[in-house]
Amino acid sequence: MAVRVNPTRMELTRLKKRLVTAVRGHKLLKDKRDEMVRQFMIHIRKNHTLRLEVEKAVSTVSSKFSIAKAQMGALRVSEALLYPARAAVYEIGEHNVMSVDVPTIRYTGQENKATNIPYAFTFTSSSLDNAVVELSDLLPKLLELAECEKTCNLLADEIEKTRRRVNALEYVMIPEMQENIKFITMKLEENDRASTVRLMKAKDMIAKAANKAN
Amino acid sequence: MADKKIAVIGDPGSVMIFNAIGLDVFYETEAEKIEARIHKLADAGYAVIYITENTAQLVPQVIDYYTTATFPAIIPIPSSTGALGIGMRRLRENVEKAVGADILFKEG
Repeated sequence: MAVRVNPTRMELTRLKKRLVTAVRGHKLLKDKRDEMVRQFMIHIRKNHTLRLEVEKAVSTVSSKFSIAKAQMGALRVSEALLYPARAAVYEIGEHNVMSVDVPTIRYTGQENKATNIPYAFTFTSSSLDNAVVELSDLLPKLLELAECEKTCNLLADEIEKTRRRVNALEYVMIPEMQENIKFITMKLEENDRASTVRLMKAKDMIAKAANKAN
Repeated sequence: MADKKIAVIGDPGSVMIFNAIGLDVFYETEAEKIEARIHKLADAGYAVIYITENTAQLVPQVIDYYTTATFPAIIPIPSSTGALGIGMRRLRENVEKAVGADILFKEG
């Protein structure tokens, strides 16, 4: 049911203007939602494959690391890994996907070599070397996963919000305004007819009075 | 960039090796401490926090809290005991949230 509105011409003009804006906004938001869903699909597919890859790789590294720990003893391992040989090199920025700020994380280091191993080879087992090398090879992927997953999170959130807005406009705001406009137009027309009838009636009465006088 | 860093949180057995590739590693196993650590890292401007899945499942509310912020990105990774599927579940939740139904990775 329509909310009570003043059946005046001023209100009618105002409502009509608002309706035009709402319709345009609705169209824009709908387009935004569609495009975001498309982008989201691209990202989520990538995210899915990346996650599968990374999870598998991290598990392999972990098991290698466990073997190394068993061979060398936990203390030796922690001693060997105590000091990082290098800082991880990456670049972190932000960029904008459909007005959502998403992080960009780029690996900027060069291809990894065994020289990146942060300890001397004397007291360590080869499984540890392998685990470390594999993990540093994995780093770019890990960073990419972080970027992709965050993008998906943020996009999903924004899509949800936009969809709510689109639906609110489509199913509540716009129909309500249309109903109000209809109500006002009908009321105004009714007023018009009433005054015409009143005029005709008055004219009739005057005519009759004139007849009687003659 | 100097001010944005990457951290790894988890039990020593799983994440110690991340030390070797130059990420900042924090060993936490208790829920309150993990929570405090995540907040501290977020305040300190860390961009990415990798967290092992069995650590992550202790503090779901903190992870949800940071989901909608640009930084930090909290990314669950499998621990030494293997993947628990938390990361994958989060992925699916995202699809459901955005599209309304899980249309990508239906598994029966």
